[in-house]
This record gives sequence, C-alpha cells and structure tokens, in this order.
Amino acid sequence: MPVLPARPDLRRRPRPVPAVSVAPSVHAEARAHPTAEPVISVKHLWKVFGPRADAVPKDPALSALSRRELMDRHGCTAAVRDVSFDVAPGEVFVVMGLSGSGKSTLVRCLTRLVEPTSGAVLFGGEDILGADDKRLRELRRHTFSMVFQHFGLLPHRRVLDNVAYGLEVAGTGKAARLARAQEVVDLVGLSGYESSYPDQLSGGMQQRVGLARALAGDPAVLFFDEPFSALDPLIRRDMQNEVVRLHHEVGKTMVFITHDLNEALRLGDRILIMRDGLPVQCGTGDELVGAPVDDYVRDFVREVPRAGVLTLRWIMRQPTAGDPLDGPELGPDVVIREAIRAVLAADRPVKVVADGTLLGIVGHEEILAVVADVEGAG
Amino acid sequence: MATTAPPAPRAGAPAATPPTGRGTALRRLPSRGLLALGTVVVWVLLWAVFQGRDTLFLSPSALTPLHRSLNDLSDAVGGSRNSNPLFLYGFNAVRLAIDGVVGALQDLIARPSGGRPVPGIGWLGVVALGTYVACALGNLRVGLLTAAGLVFLGLQGLWLESMNTLALTLAAVALSLLIGIPLGLWTGLSDRVHRVVLPVLDFMQMMPTFVYLSPMTLFFLIGPASATIATVIYALPPVVRLTAHGVREVPQSVVEATTSLGSTGGQRLRKVLLPMAKRTIVLGINQTIMAALAMVTIAALIDAPGLGKTVIRALQTLDVGVAFNAGLAIVVLAIVLDRTSTAASVRAETVRRRRGNRADRLRRPALVAGAVATVVAVYVSRTYLWAATFPAEADLGGSIARAADASTTWVQDRFSGLTGGLKDVVTLRLLNPFEQLLVDSPWWVVVTALVVLAALVGGRSAAVTAGIGLALLIGTGLWFDAMTTLASTVLATLVVLLLAVVLGVWMARSSRADAVLRPVLDAGQTLPAFCYLVPFLALFSASRFTAIVAAVVFAAPAATKIVADGIRAVPTAAVEAATAMGATRWQTIFGVQLPMARRSLTLAANQGVIYVLSMVVVGGLVGAGALGYDVVAGFSQRELYGKGLAAGVAIVLLGTVLYRVTQAAADRTGQQVRQG
Amino acid sequence: MIPLQPVPLRSAPTRGPLRRAAVTRASGAPRAGVRGAVLGTALVVGLAGCGGAKVGASDEGSAGPGSAGSCGTVNLAVNPWVGYEANAAVIATVAKTRLGCTVVKKDLKEEVAWQGFGTGEVDAVVENWAHDDLKQKYIVEEKTAVDMGPTGGTGVIGWWVPPWMKAQYPDITDYRNLNKYADLFKTSESGGKGQLLDGDPSFVTNDEALVKNLGLNYKVVYAGSEAALITAFRKAEADKTPLLGYFYSPQWFMSEVPLVKVDLPPNTPGCDADAEKVACDYPVYKLDKIVSKKFADSGSPAAKLVQKFTWSNEDQNIVAKYIAEDKMSADDAAAKWVAANPAKVEAWLG
Repeated sequence: MPVLPARPDLRRRPRPVPAVSVAPSVHAEARAHPTAEPVISVKHLWKVFGPRADAVPKDPALSALSRRELMDRHGCTAAVRDVSFDVAPGEVFVVMGLSGSGKSTLVRCLTRLVEPTSGAVLFGGEDILGADDKRLRELRRHTFSMVFQHFGLLPHRRVLDNVAYGLEVAGTGKAARLARAQEVVDLVGLSGYESSYPDQLSGGMQQRVGLARALAGDPAVLFFDEPFSALDPLIRRDMQNEVVRLHHEVGKTMVFITHDLNEALRLGDRILIMRDGLPVQCGTGDELVGAPVDDYVRDFVREVPRAGVLTLRWIMRQPTAGDPLDGPELGPDVVIREAIRAVLAADRPVKVVADGTLLGIVGHEEILAVVADVEGAG
Repeated sequence: MATTAPPAPRAGAPAATPPTGRGTALRRLPSRGLLALGTVVVWVLLWAVFQGRDTLFLSPSALTPLHRSLNDLSDAVGGSRNSNPLFLYGFNAVRLAIDGVVGALQDLIARPSGGRPVPGIGWLGVVALGTYVACALGNLRVGLLTAAGLVFLGLQGLWLESMNTLALTLAAVALSLLIGIPLGLWTGLSDRVHRVVLPVLDFMQMMPTFVYLSPMTLFFLIGPASATIATVIYALPPVVRLTAHGVREVPQSVVEATTSLGSTGGQRLRKVLLPMAKRTIVLGINQTIMAALAMVTIAALIDAPGLGKTVIRALQTLDVGVAFNAGLAIVVLAIVLDRTSTAASVRAETVRRRRGNRADRLRRPALVAGAVATVVAVYVSRTYLWAATFPAEADLGGSIARAADASTTWVQDRFSGLTGGLKDVVTLRLLNPFEQLLVDSPWWVVVTALVVLAALVGGRSAAVTAGIGLALLIGTGLWFDAMTTLASTVLATLVVLLLAVVLGVWMARSSRADAVLRPVLDAGQTLPAFCYLVPFLALFSASRFTAIVAAVVFAAPAATKIVADGIRAVPTAAVEAATAMGATRWQTIFGVQLPMARRSLTLAANQGVIYVLSMVVVGGLVGAGALGYDVVAGFSQRELYGKGLAAGVAIVLLGTVLYRVTQAAADRTGQQVRQG
Repeated sequence: MIPLQPVPLRSAPTRGPLRRAAVTRASGAPRAGVRGAVLGTALVVGLAGCGGAKVGASDEGSAGPGSAGSCGTVNLAVNPWVGYEANAAVIATVAKTRLGCTVVKKDLKEEVAWQGFGTGEVDAVVENWAHDDLKQKYIVEEKTAVDMGPTGGTGVIGWWVPPWMKAQYPDITDYRNLNKYADLFKTSESGGKGQLLDGDPSFVTNDEALVKNLGLNYKVVYAGSEAALITAFRKAEADKTPLLGYFYSPQWFMSEVPLVKVDLPPNTPGCDADAEKVACDYPVYKLDKIVSKKFADSGSPAAKLVQKFTWSNEDQNIVAKYIAEDKMSADDAAAKWVAANPAKVEAWLG
C-alpha cells in the first residue's frame, strides 16, 4: 500500500494532550475499569514458522530483521513479533490489521490453537503456555471460547446440538446441556431454528450459531476471529449490533480480530493495529484517528468519518482573550457528530468541561473543519 | 472448487495487464511443444541409426542373476517355514483365525454344516436376510434389487457357488475394513504416515496378483486364508485412500472450532472427523467391495471356493456359455453390493435430517415387521428342504449359457474377418511403429528421450521420477519386455481416454444414455476378463491387440464414469452462459464443459493408466507376451518365479512413472490456467 | 477348508449317503420347490406352516456301501486341464465308492500343488508331466514327495498344424519344409517372419532355441494360455487359415480337431541336455503320479489305489470328451467310465 503524504488538515490540528498519547493503554484501562487487574496479559509473544523457529526470538540479531529478511536469510516466517498488551475485564479489545499482519495467528496463540514460539499469555495470572493438555482443554471448555470467520459448524448436527457441543465434550449431561443450549439459542435470537441444520441457515444465522456455541460454556473471555468478514455488509452491521447488545447483556471480555476499521471503531474499547507481525499502535478509536503514530496508521484511518469517532477533546482549543466563556457546556468525551447541532446552534463557543474544570472551547470553525473533512472524505 | 474461485479476478485481468500471465503461458506452450516434437524427431533419427543395438533383449526363457537370486530367496523363505517362529506362530495364528471366520460364514450359507446335508441358512433365509439388511441400510428399492439379484443367482443354478463367493468376499471386505479404516484415519491425520502409506498402497494395487498368489499359499497354506489375504492385498487400498481423503477433506475451520471448545483427540475423531468423513469412507467401502469381487476368479487358482472355480473350469474346456453364466453371477453380486452400499452412503447422509417425517415414522414398525419375517424365513430355510436348497428345476443358467454361446458364435462367424482386419491395420500402422521406436532403440536413447519428454510435460520432479523409475526398470533385467508392454499400455490408455470422453459427455448430457450405459459399464468393470477372453481370442486371435481390447473393456468404464461425473459437475451457469451467447452444442462441449472438467479428465487418465496396467497380466494370457507373460510364466514355472517377480516390479515401476508424470503434467497445466 | 463337499466331521461314515438322500428328496418335491422360489421372492414368509420335506428327516440307518472307515481323507490336487481332471475324477470315484474314502479335490496349479506336499495339504498329484525341477526339489531334496509310477498315459509335446493344412500341403509336416511355407504363417505379431504360436506358460519350451538352431525363419509368439492356443487352432481349422503352434497330447481338443504333428529331428537321449543348443524334438513323456511322503507311508488303501492306477490315453480321452464336449460333470463322467470298465477298475483294487 503506497504511503501518501499526510493531509494538511491533520498536520494543522493541534496535538492532543500529552498524557493521553504517551500511555494510551493506561488511559483506556483507567477509563473502562479504573482499578481492575487485566484478564489477559500478553507479554513479548512471538510466533515464528519454519526451521529453527525457536532461535529467532532469542537472538537479538535475528529478531531485529524484517520479516522479508528473516525469510530470505533464515527461511522462516515471523507471524507475530514481540507483541504485548493487557485486556481489562469487560473490555472489548480489537486487534486490527490487513491480511498477513499476523492478527489471526495472534488470536490463535492466545488459545494455543497455534503454539506460540515464546513469550507469555497470562489468564488471571496463569501462563497458559505452561498448561498441559488436560489443563488446556479445561481452559478451553470453561474459560475462553472462540468465534470463527468460517463458522466451523458441524454440518451433521442440528443447531441445538452444535451449540451444545462444547458442553457435551466437557461431559455435561444431555438434559442439562440441551437446556443451556436452548437458553443461548434464545439469547442470540435463533429461537425456532433449533432443529435446523447449518446448511439450511443463512451466513448471518450460521454465525449466530457460532456465537451461541461460544457463549454456551459461559466463558470469561470470548475471542472473535474476523467473525463477520464472510457476511454481507447489511448482515455484518446486524451482527455487530448483536455483539454490542450481548456485550451489554452478558458483559464478557472480548478480543476481536478484524481487518475492518469501522468495525473496530464500532466495537472496540481499545484497538491494537498490527503490521507484518509487529504492533504498530494501541489505543482507543479516537486516539488512533486523532493521533496516528505513523503514516501506516494515518493511511488506515484516513477514510474514517472523523466526526463520528473524535470527541470534543480532540478539537477544542484553549480560549483566547476575546472568547466569550458563557456558552453551553459539553463533556470532553462527547463525540463530535453529537455536538454539531449544539455547537452550531449556539452563538458563542461551547465550553468543554470535565469535573467542573474548563478544558477548552469549541466554536463553529473547529466543528466546520471536521464536517468539511467528512464531506471531503465522503 | 478451482472452477468457481477465479472468475472475479479474471474478468478484469486481461484488460488491465494484457502482456503478463496468459501471454507468457501462450509464449511458453508452443516452445515446449516444439521441444517435445524435436525430441521425438531426434529419437526417430537415432532409432534409424542405431536400430536393434543395446536393446537389452532377454529371451522369455532366459534369466538374469537377479532373477536367480530372487528364486533362491523364495526357496529360502519356503524352506524356513518349518523352523521360523514367524511361520509357526504368526502366520499360523492369522491363518487359523481367517479360516475360522470364512469357514463359519461358509457353514452358515454356503456348505453343509452342523451334521446336516445343507448349510445353516437356506436360500430363502439368505434372500430374506439380504433383503432386510439392504432395506435397513439403504431403502426399499435396493432391498427389492437385492431380493431379485439373489433369487437370480439361484435361478442361474449357481446358488452355492455364489454363496461361497459371497462368504469369501464378505470375510475379505470385513478384514479390509478392520485394517483399512483405522489405517486410513491414521493416514488422514498424520502427514508422515500419509507419505509412507501412499506409495505402499500404489504398490499393492499395481503389483499383479499372480506374483504373490503362490507365496501366499506358502505362508498361509492352500485354502480360504490365502485367498482372503490375497484379496485383502488388492481390496485394501481403496478404503484406506478414501478414508484418509475423507478425513483430510474435513474443513480445517471445523477441526479448529471444535478443538477450541476443548475436544480431546478421541472426541474430535468420534464426533467430528468420523461423522464428517462418513460419506467418503462409505464410498471407500464400496470400492473395496468391488475390488474384492474382482479377485474372485484369480483367487480360484489357489482353490478359493466359489464362482471363480466355475469360470476357471469352464475356461479349460473353452465353455464360453458356462463361463459367462458364472461371470454374470459375479456381476449380479457386484451390482447388488454396489447399489446397497451406495444407498447406505446416501442414507448416512440424509437419515438424520428426515427424522420425524411420515415415511420415517412408518419405517420403524416396518423394520420390526421385516425382522420378524426374516427370522421366520431363516427358520423355514433351516427346516424345510424346499427353502434350504434352491430348486434345481428352474434352469435359467443353462439358457443363459446357451444364449451366450449362440451369440458369441454368431458374432465370431459374422465379424471375425472384420475384426481381424481391424487388428491388422491398427497393429501394423500404429502399434508396431510405436513399439519399434521404444523397443528397437538403444536403451540409452529411450531413457534420455523419455526423461526429456517427462521434463517437458511435467517439469523437473517428473523428470527425476522418470529417470529413477527407468533406471530401476533396467535393473529388473526386463527392459525390452517393459518397453513392449509400455507401447501397448500407452495405446490402450489413449483409446480409454477417447472412449471415456465420448461416452462420458454423452452420459452427462443425456440421462437416458446414462441409464442405458451405466449397467453396461458396471458389467465391463466386474465381469471377469476370463469370461470374455475366448470370444476376444476368436475375434482378434492371440495378439497384443486382443490384450489392448481387454484392457480397454476393463479400464474404460471407470474412466467414463469419472468423466461423466466431472462434466455433470460443471456449473449449470457456465453452460447456460455459453448457450446464451449462442454457442452450438459442440462449442459448448469443447469450449466449456470439457475444459471445466479438466480435473476429472486428469483423474480419468490417471485411473485409466492404473486400470490398463492391471490388465497387463491378462494380456499375457492372450498373446501380448512381454511383462504379462513373464508374470504368468513365473506363476506357473518354478524356475521362472524370480523373473515373474521382477516383471511384477517392472509393472509397478511403469505404473508409478506414468502416474507421476501425468499427475505432474496435470498439476502444471492446472496452475498455468489458473495463473493465466 | 473345503468348499462344496461334505466335510468329514464327527460322524464321518454316514455323511456322504445322508447328503445324497436329502438331495434326492429335495428334487423329489419339484412343486414345493418352484412354489418356494416364487413365493420366497415376494418375501411372503407366513409360509412357515406350508409343508415339504424336512431337513435332516432322512433315513439315518442306511449307511452307504464300503463305509469301512479305514481310508479317511484323501486330498487330491486337481491341476487345471481336462485330462488331469479325468484322472482325478476316476480315482476319486473309485476311492469314494469302493474304498469309502472322503475325497477332497483342490483346484491348484502344478507349482502350488507340489508345494502342498510339503505343507501336508496335498496327498496326490495324479497326472504329472515331467517337471524335473519340481521332482528334484520335492522328491530328492525335501523328500516330501514320492513317485508313484506311470499313469500309463504318454505325453507328446511338439509343433502341430490343423488337419486341413496337412491335406493341402502334405509335406508341411517335415520341419525342413517349414521355411518354404513361412510366408503363410505371417501375422501382425510375427514381425515379417512366420509365426510359431507358443502357448501355455506352464510348459517349458525350447522353441526359441529350436527355431534358431534349425535355421527356421520363424518368430515365437507367446499366446499365453491353453485357451488361447485352442481358440487359435479351432479357428484355423474352421476358417482354413494357416497356423503352426505348440501343443500336446493327450488333450480333449484333439478329439474335436485332430491336429497333425510336425516332425522335428528325432529325439535322442541327451540331445536336449543343453537348452541353448537343442535341435531335436521333445521327448515322449511318461506321465506319472506323485504323492506326498506322508500319504505314501500312511498305508491308506487310497495310496495303493493311486499307485496301481494306470490307463491309456484312449481311456482318458473318453472321459475328457465326456467332460469337455458332452458337458458332463467330472463325477458323472467318471462314474460312466467306471461302470463301463469294471475289469480295469478291479485291477487297480486287486
């Protein structure tokens, strides 16, 4: 993908407050669950495919090589390279990247569907890389589950039996597991389709089955591997809403893989952008859009309608001497799109206030700059 | 799969980037064609110069040191049979177990047992049981077919013979499945096992039975055990292959998803892989049954009971009618078993879905009633003579034999001049020149030319395979014979392909043609060659051409079915699009259907080669000489055993080289089309 | 294990007769049989009550003749040609009816049959054509087989032409004239030379050497089976087409088409010692019988029968004709011959 020069309006925009961009994850966690211990903690995770893969993470000379160089000289592919992040309880953490960026391998490493080369993946303090087969199965049965891009349903089983599969292999009795499966089927809106077979359902409905199957074991964490990429745009939107709704209702921690930035912004409390196996930037949606760390991210977020993502925090300016300070007040985390009407309706700048402190002001000019950008990008 | 993916990129590609992709393919193709042509021209020139030199000719009665040492080896193995613990404990235990199983089955349906003058279950009981099983596993239709088929066997006057064949076949199939399904699962699950097992299966399928028939009796003595194991060797590969294929075909996404839910290995196998591979596995079982039946006649040479004996004995007196009658019984058995197992596989697919509909609610009581009726029938057949022994009065078999005799005589009298002329023209104009080139050129010219051609057609790995294969072929000491066999094999395979395309297209486009041809093809595939050898000999005399015809009769059905299925699988949309653009029928066939069925054509070619090669030995019985004769003679004469073994290996080598090279060529053109 | 034959189990002596009795009874109720076939097809099984003879309800008491019980079981190899089958059938019939033996016939090729001497599964081979190599291995080296003397038949191997050729070209039966007629015998297989159709892979031939050493302009073409040879000769006689081929006598086909033998240089002792240099006709074989050492030593009356069994080519041809042309079963053919030749049979038993 060609690297384009940054757009002038972005360069012109004032940088956000330093505290936000320096330690984004701290900021996000603080915002979501100020005091919680992370549910998942990933530390220096590597996945290298190919001969003598183990040597790569250990050898600084090798690990410094680019992916291409590593392939040419060493004959192996580094899919995930030194990735670290924490996920807080109840958070929706999105990993985003283009195909080949290593995001799918990353999420498989978290469940050890792909065996990581080195690093640590802590679930509530337990490093699952050290778990034996039995413990790993236990974790998969009770602690986390996954929703897949290609659904992975069993074609020879009815919807209900597909949903109950996880409970079945965990040894739950038939009556109990079918009752639980029915509950989850109702939860994801599949009532009435219990006895259908997967190939009788549309793609969206099949993925609801996948979702129900993942929820059936009542896991603490749900992993989503590009679950909606194979679906039509309209259905995709429905399913995203469904995830939002479920997140509200069941409050699970979720790790969500996608290549679709809009999906990431819709769902994610925080987003990790990956490129060639490396983490590029991690932060909230507005941080990525408002303060991309490099041209790669900038290019990524270029087409995003900023008004829908950025908050007033990102466009407010410090009041100058002549500014009237008796305008209406809004919070710094109000999304611009929601503030447009209020700002334009007011005849004086809107004050951005948090906890009674004036952080800045937003006037017509600031709002119009963003709106014009929306139309320009349109 | 490959045909549905590309359209999107292809639509835009030519306009955007005209010179790449397709352009280079077009530029490269003619040059490769020219190179191949050049190779052949040089070959012909060298042949003209060096004709008859370094041909490595070995007279049919001559032996090489290798052949002698193979003889000594076989003697040594045979000599150790009274001292070697492997013989005393291993083979004996296996033999006793298998003899026991086959014997029990024979006691049950095929021979007097338990101090009674009749088998445990009489014909009525067997018909009822067979019908019931077919109904339960399949549906009412195959149930009726089974009943009709079994009664027909009785009417042919071949009840006990058929039951003996059935007993042996069932035992061999059961043993094959017992070994084959687990082995297939393992092969499907492990890449390493896959790499080891596949060539072994190729070897088992291509090695002529005659080569291991007589050692078999050394290991397992004369009797059902030897016959069963010889049958298993030939019948095992399909079920292993297809089971492995079925397991490998299970989408990775499903395996991953179920693993992520915490399945153990056993749960994955039981709940995921086996159910999802079930249909392919049943297909494998079906093919294994067919392969087992194909061995009936040959196994009779080591005293395997059943219809094969009838065929062999009829052949001694050139009794075409009786041989045909018995052959027909084998075909009937094959069709019954084939249709039943196919219906079972379809049922395996659909049974759960229809749970609860009306027909299924009736099914259970019907099955219970059927079970009761079957038990009654079995009881009656154990009690009353009329139900125990098939009445001999209905002499349908005699009529069939007489009709077969009369019609073959009629055909022979009327057409033998014509067919003889055809044989002469094809042999003199086509086969002889081609064979001369292979046989009369110095070996180093042939090896070089073939390796170069393999490289041009299939790329480097194909050339390496060809090189190694041909070198080993020289090592067998049977180069000259191998080249003679190769000439006939190539010609027969070409004819098979031609027929397969013509008939396959016809069958795919007309369901009436399909309905008429399919049973004929089934018969061609399962009728023992021994049944039609005599008429063929009368029509074409003892010649290589007769061998080619026999090979075509056997190989064309399988290839035709593959082509027909492939063409039927071409998406209707593509055909409709062509029709909408005003394509004629022929344009549709050659422009759309055949190119899109390319994978099937490749498969047909591959299978065609294997099937043709499996008839090399039969060819040896009708005048083709060369490797086939070496194998047959090795089976018949002690001092030629080593040579026969070497000839068997040579056939396997030829098969491997042909198979690998055509495979590589197919992969390569496949890639090119996809890229272009 | 033995197919289709009554198996000698615990009550061996009565088994054979009982079976015959039952079968007779079955065919004695034709109407019940046909009705059964028809109704059975329709799977109407409520017929349990319908009558008919009951299995096993036969006359237990009447044991067959000659149920002496001292004979036991004889495992008779049956090699795959009709003449052999005639020998085997006659010996089997006499052993069964006169000695009360249980005879088990095993359909086997020669090599496998001899192998059976060693493994104890074959007791007797009753028409052996030379097979010096097998004799060397099993009689001399392994000592598992014993020569039981000639069958009385003589085997002639050689080159033959159909009778019409002898009539049309009287001098063709002299090998010296064969080159004169070579053109007649050209086929698509013989590469411009005359074709000498060799055949059954079971027979050792010197024909390639013969052609070379006699300076004949012929090529040996391997038909590959007896069926191929017979078909070729049958067709040659019927269509009056030329054919020169390897064949042998006694053979049932000779009574259908009496082939004419071509005279090669006469066989003298040792003239065929070196297979490469052989330039003389095949020797006349004294066909013989081979039995396993175990069987020979068992003192079974059947062993004595095999030893004493001799008959002529003509006798064999009659039985072979019954089987091959009259399509009788081997057992029926043998029974017919035995009934017609009581004196010869008595001599074997005496």
